[in-house]
Amino acid sequence: MKTKTQTNIQLGHGGGGLLTREFLDRHVVPRFAAGPLEGLPDGATLPALENGIIFSTDSFVVHPMFFPGGNIGDLAVHGTVNDVAVSGGIPRWLSLGMILEEGIDQDVVGRVLDSVAEAAADCGVQVVTGDTKVVPRGLCDGIYLNTAGIGERMPEFDLSTSHLKAGDVILASGTLGDHGMAVMAAREGIDMAGGPVSDTGPVHRLVQTARPYANEVRFMRDPTRGGVAAVLNELVEDAPLGIILHESDLPWSSGARGIAETLGFDLLHSACEGRMLMACAPNVASLILDAWREIPEGSGATAVGVVTDDDAGRVLLETCMGGRRLVDVPQGELLPRIC
Amino acid sequence: MKYLDGFRNGKAAKALTARLKAAGERLEAQGKTVQFMEVCGSHTMAIARYGIRDLLPDCVKLISGPGCPVCVTDTGYIDAAIDLGKQGHILATFGDLVRVPGSDETLAQIRAEGARVEVVYSPEGAVALAQDNPEKQVVFLAIGFETTMVPGISLVKIAAEKGLDNLTVLCAFKLVPPALAALGSDPDIALDGFICPAHVSAIIGADAYKPFVGPDGVPCVVAGFEPLDVLYAAVELAEQAADGRAELVNQYNRVVKPEGNTVAQTVVDELLELCDEPWRGIGVIPQSGMQLRAAYGQYDAAKRFDLSLEPGRPHPGCQCGDVLKGKITPHQCPAFDKACTPTHPLGPCMVSSEGSCAAYYKYVRREVGVEAMEVSK
Repeated sequence: MKTKTQTNIQLGHGGGGLLTREFLDRHVVPRFAAGPLEGLPDGATLPALENGIIFSTDSFVVHPMFFPGGNIGDLAVHGTVNDVAVSGGIPRWLSLGMILEEGIDQDVVGRVLDSVAEAAADCGVQVVTGDTKVVPRGLCDGIYLNTAGIGERMPEFDLSTSHLKAGDVILASGTLGDHGMAVMAAREGIDMAGGPVSDTGPVHRLVQTARPYANEVRFMRDPTRGGVAAVLNELVEDAPLGIILHESDLPWSSGARGIAETLGFDLLHSACEGRMLMACAPNVASLILDAWREIPEGSGATAVGVVTDDDAGRVLLETCMGGRRLVDVPQGELLPRIC
Repeated sequence: MKYLDGFRNGKAAKALTARLKAAGERLEAQGKTVQFMEVCGSHTMAIARYGIRDLLPDCVKLISGPGCPVCVTDTGYIDAAIDLGKQGHILATFGDLVRVPGSDETLAQIRAEGARVEVVYSPEGAVALAQDNPEKQVVFLAIGFETTMVPGISLVKIAAEKGLDNLTVLCAFKLVPPALAALGSDPDIALDGFICPAHVSAIIGADAYKPFVGPDGVPCVVAGFEPLDVLYAAVELAEQAADGRAELVNQYNRVVKPEGNTVAQTVVDELLELCDEPWRGIGVIPQSGMQLRAAYGQYDAAKRFDLSLEPGRPHPGCQCGDVLKGKITPHQCPAFDKACTPTHPLGPCMVSSEGSCAAYYKYVRREVGVEAMEVSK
């Protein structure tokens, strides 16, 4: 039988002494200590990268920490890997900071770290440095994670909203808004058959697949907080251009739609954690879509809209009725602690 | 989802749009411009969310009416609730009301200063508050139309059954038909038909609109909230107007019966009686409200706390009254998207999720552009 000392995180696990050592030996070394983390140095020694680096960081406080389709561990890898990837980088290395709440079951921590390790392997990134802190019970909610990621810049991509032109096409790599609705359903205890499943996953292979057409790609973004609406509004907010989306082309999963319709959410405001929106020149749109559809994470890829020189600064939706309406930026925080 | 998709079918929308265009051509040939009022805030939202105004011929206008319960709640009612909250009583309310400006402040502001304003998701939430706080008085802010009367007054029955002597309701219930009569007879507005509310009609029944149709009346269509429901209502009203007919059509007969929900009507009749009622922006409409009958006076917050609801002082820049009467569109209010936004609302139409100004802000925003845009074929 395990003792309490073995099963629950204590303040001492983050204190830097023997308990910390025990924690690292049990949880971190077996999963991550090959490569630069071997011997647990204070800092990782990494090789220089020829074309420069892309560097990004993100913190994860998702509630609940386990949700249909994933948990805070794989989410923390995907979130940062995706930020590096859509900035035109090949993700290489990650840091992992953990803030644990006193009393949390070590087996839960282990399950989360298993997910970190699996997701990192799938994304081809190494966890090369990290940190663990423990805060008294009640001062955080189970586990908070921070990851920072370094990727190798791909010089072919020259991404900027200022490169956008009328006639450019907006592509989506799959169904939209699933993560937000999955977390919402999990949080509210809505358990329905065929309910929403988080799309948490990496987009770096989508970026790689589009690399041959990089000089015609204007902009890439994974639509996380604020959803598609926030990303597309940002794309044209200061531009002499607008965007028209076609409601009938928007890819939704039936599970996400079910929750959104029931609770009155607009799926265009709901977060994704494994999808990509891309603006590209019309001549490469179908080539990129065909390439995306060859890999699992792009199987649901489709064109959702076009850039126009009407209606500067506005994102409009052509509805299923044939009319048009504004796609607004969400007011305030739609769902706190979504990632 | 298949059920919903049936009411959002693009082919059906095209067929209805073609009928609407044909009716518009007939109206134009007669030199007529018509305006129909969608009474209910949920219709206003559906019209904006699906861009249905884009599909209307130039001679057909849809104007928004007073059917948003938060929007028509008088400033004086908010002031009275704020007074109760400041006296240390617990207020239980649905969320929309919290940010509606009273004469000087909002419920959200007094909550930030320490008053207990609790957002509940059903009236039962107020019962739980009363049980959990026996030393406090809990007041449920009971506003709304015929739809919300029964849930609201169910509290009175529960309080009586449980012997709760610390739970009351502050009633500002309103009836839709008297408001339609007031608006229909206002020469400044000149309405040519009503899209009648969906949920209210489920309670009162489609026959409640019979007095508004006929030789001296206007066409009335009871419609559901899905976009094809609303588009069909617009087609039906335009065709009747072109024909010179004024008939009652119950498009929402999958829910609404001619006689309505008689069980709910019986409960309302048992607990409530007619009263004169102030409507924000419209003024007092005789016999347009419902208050607790004297036999239930002990559960009436106005009586328990000896309240006299005085007319409030809406913000001088707020034109919600004219918006609610359909005299102006939100775009015609000088404060719209300037001094008045959802984050800093001057009036309730910008606060409520069913408010006309909130619908225009969220789905249209700038007048130029959307209004001028070609309807896509």
